[in-house]
Amino acid sequence: MAECHPVGYQWVMEARQRGAKVFHIDPRFSRTSATVDRYLQIRAGSDLVLTGALINYVLSNELDFREYVLAYTNAATIVSEDFRDTEDLDGLFSGYDPETGRYDTASWAYEGDTGQTDEMSEGDQRHAEAAGSDSYGARGAGSTATPPQDPTLSHPRCVYQILRRHFARYTPERVAELCGIAPEQFAELAEAITANSGRERTTAWVYSVGWTQHSVGVQYIRSAAILQLLLGNMGRPGGGIMALRGHASIQGSTDIPTLFNLLPGYISMPHAHRHDGLDDYLKREGGDTGWWGNRRAYMVSLLKAWWGDSATEDNDFRFDYLPRLTGDHGHYATVMGQIDGTVKGYFVVGENPAVGSANGKAQRLGLANLDWLVVRDLMVIETASFWKDAPELETGELSTEEIGTEVFFMPAASHVEKDGTFTNTQRLLQWREKAVDPPDDCRSDLWFYYHLGKRIRQRLGAGQVDPTDRPLMELTWDYPEEGEHRDPSAAAVLREIGGVDAEGRPLGSLRELKPDGSTSCGCWIYCGVYADDVNQAARRKPRGEQGPVAPEWGWAWPANRRILYNRASADPEGRPWSERKKYVYWDAEAGRWTGPDVPDFEEDKPPSYRPPEGAKAQDAIAGTDPFIMQSDGKGWLYVPSGLADGPLPAHYEPHESPIRNTMYGRQSNPARRTVDRPENPYNPALSPRFPYVFTTSRVTEHHTAGAMSRTLPYLAELQPAAFCEVSPELAEQVGLENGGWATVVTSRTAIELRVLVTNRVRSLRLGDTTVHQIVMPYHWGYGGGGLVTGDVVNDLSPVVLDPNVYIQESKAGTCDVLPGRRPRGAALRALIERYRDG
Amino acid sequence: MRGRKGTVAGGWLSRWPVIRQLQGEDGRREAARSARTDALRPRVEEADSVARSVCPYCAVGCGQLVYVKDGKVTQIEGDPDSPISRGRLCPKGSASKQLVTHTGRQTHVLYRRPYGTEWERLDLETAMDMIADRVVRTRRETWEQTHEGKEVRRTLGIASLGGATLDNEENYLMKKLYTALGAIQVENQARI
Repeated sequence: MAECHPVGYQWVMEARQRGAKVFHIDPRFSRTSATVDRYLQIRAGSDLVLTGALINYVLSNELDFREYVLAYTNAATIVSEDFRDTEDLDGLFSGYDPETGRYDTASWAYEGDTGQTDEMSEGDQRHAEAAGSDSYGARGAGSTATPPQDPTLSHPRCVYQILRRHFARYTPERVAELCGIAPEQFAELAEAITANSGRERTTAWVYSVGWTQHSVGVQYIRSAAILQLLLGNMGRPGGGIMALRGHASIQGSTDIPTLFNLLPGYISMPHAHRHDGLDDYLKREGGDTGWWGNRRAYMVSLLKAWWGDSATEDNDFRFDYLPRLTGDHGHYATVMGQIDGTVKGYFVVGENPAVGSANGKAQRLGLANLDWLVVRDLMVIETASFWKDAPELETGELSTEEIGTEVFFMPAASHVEKDGTFTNTQRLLQWREKAVDPPDDCRSDLWFYYHLGKRIRQRLGAGQVDPTDRPLMELTWDYPEEGEHRDPSAAAVLREIGGVDAEGRPLGSLRELKPDGSTSCGCWIYCGVYADDVNQAARRKPRGEQGPVAPEWGWAWPANRRILYNRASADPEGRPWSERKKYVYWDAEAGRWTGPDVPDFEEDKPPSYRPPEGAKAQDAIAGTDPFIMQSDGKGWLYVPSGLADGPLPAHYEPHESPIRNTMYGRQSNPARRTVDRPENPYNPALSPRFPYVFTTSRVTEHHTAGAMSRTLPYLAELQPAAFCEVSPELAEQVGLENGGWATVVTSRTAIELRVLVTNRVRSLRLGDTTVHQIVMPYHWGYGGGGLVTGDVVNDLSPVVLDPNVYIQESKAGTCDVLPGRRPRGAALRALIERYRDG
Repeated sequence: MRGRKGTVAGGWLSRWPVIRQLQGEDGRREAARSARTDALRPRVEEADSVARSVCPYCAVGCGQLVYVKDGKVTQIEGDPDSPISRGRLCPKGSASKQLVTHTGRQTHVLYRRPYGTEWERLDLETAMDMIADRVVRTRRETWEQTHEGKEVRRTLGIASLGGATLDNEENYLMKKLYTALGAIQVENQARI
């Protein structure tokens, strides 16, 4: 965090000065490790053994926050008798199909939840194919509001008991054996987090892509969620799980997604085989209880925002204008489509896949097989210039004169040359004022897409409109134009996102959204960002003039709530758990929830509220259920539906690992997605040819694939060369010299890097084996206007994906290391072939 | 001249910092000042306008103040009012004026024709027209009305990958236009 989010890290330091104990768990020693109480070095790809052992420690010592767990989680809920755990099936959950490598999730349901069997599971397979679990992440799949419970937590099939059995094998000894963390270090961590949780205290977890970029990444986060729910750390000040996102508006890019499987606000894109009309779609997209029970209002308001007067009740609000998914259309599937020739045209906007995506060679082979490519960036990045400087030209795999791709480089406006909002890692929208006009041909992406859309519509609107073009011709596409360049008004776009009523007046909150077409809203979770016709994201009341929650600085979704699920900061009766941790609580006299934050609960729903029979949406959520987006209002320790690889986290080794999985008879995640093609060869697991573990990282002075940092003199000078960090033991074993060169080899390619021999990376003793880890920051590339250049670290990584969200496993792979620089040209190919053939 | 105080007393030479420091005054304090440095003013004082902005690198969302004079960005500093960053910026945020103003930035449209070996210049309007033509043509050629007997109304011929430094408003118009076009392979760094 000190390395990649330095200014946010000041708050961790401030907390430490006030007595907080800070642990850092990471394969590499960084600026964070240097400033914490305890640094625990861990083997990359073993994190779930550690978090599982922490869960086991809490459960076996009964250190859970019992009152919180009973009231606010599904610990007491009874699960179907058809469910079988990894304990019963040696590393598999029930429902696994070895032919397809997929799970049928019907047996994971709550007892008596036939609704799940009928509606959710029937389409689960197809849904999972289209990364459906990704959208479930925001809500949990449909489930009943009132499943059977055992409040004594003794029923053998209640979630609490299932958890106890499932995690029993996650012991400190396993942590030592698989993570390389000694039992006494583990004990100190376990004692600290449990002692620091409960009524009076809370513990927070912070993670980043070191947890997500794994073939079992979603389950890493799930394990933290289980731990935090057991300890009562969700929805409370100082608690939670903080995802530190790496780019200025990566949170916004998920909320208003340029992602294939989502529409704005985590609404699923419709699937051809799963959904017919709007009613059918809505029926299959979750339960009727909890706030997602209002999804008709969210969806219809989106369709109204896009197709305006053309969207009416009679035509399903133009639901049929949405194109349909039939499977995985994600980034890596797209690249394979380029290599296969099905994808002809490609827009790359502020992204550099030739350097930033796993298996860079496959990325570049895809680019080289397009008809046309549009790259919009500040710099001529490698993705734009691959046809004249890709490493494949040197090896003879590509040749400039034979690359038919037509390339348009369109210079972009910088962040000070346009106005608009970023959503930061805390869900906070902040409006930026435009300082100057962009130079020369530089334009904002808003300008580009707006004017491109206008041109396309002009072309299609001449003469009789083809039925396939109606979604374009009827699209609302008439934003006010400003200035010399005729920029579309970003404020007008934000106003559309925030939603308006039938008279065009901005909506105050998402509660005002209607299912009948009388409201329109481009992203329901952002509804209210333009309340009172004021750009709420532009608010800048100085910090000295408001309290620590600072509700009048920017605007957080939803409804300007700064801590999600903050109803949980009070006990079931609505009283603060303690004076010290007082946050949002029930004021019985006033008959409302109150506190320094906006309550994440209906303001006037008393703790005593119990839903009547057959209640829908939020009316089905009791006054004691804080997790209002879930169909049962509970925090899910166990996930009865919605995940592709199991209702509970289980440790599997990375796809490429030098270590045997001693937890189960399954080496890697049985549901992981592989791409078995010649462009994407894998290192075999446990291969002596690839004995070392590698992980990728960042440094403070550079940004991701480097276009915004290695081009700047100040930053280039601060970190001038691509390098790898290795331990003195490994250096000696391989013959590496500090400051010299190393060649790192995988089945994809070999790259050369400067060597940093350092005790910051220690070789880990795991039982009677020693694992050497290599850490490589990935900011460099061969061109891109970089003042400093270097080989592309992501060229080493394979494409193997988490089955829930299709993120690639780039944080734990295997490699070999050789001293000196890599071979050039055909000799490089020969080296890789030798390794592949073994 | 060293040490010969009397000969230069009261003259410009006596106020020269080097002389004052050699005479024993602390070079880290008053004796560091000269008439020129006394006359220096911070660039931010001369700015014609100041825009309230946000750092474009990581997702912490530090407040920035962008100082402008004569239509040029002259300085970018941390915004002390921000409850997130309290005026601080990291090395990247502190270097962000260079991101905007450095000479290596490409500000013109470039075009590489199929099988071409060099970049060519292209007029912005022409490039926009050419891109629109290609979108329309590729969409027509790759249109998929049905797939395995089901209505899909889409094209797999056009794909997009957007970075996570795009504004919300930009992502919104992208998703809206692509969806209306029937392009579904729309992806973002947020997955990667």
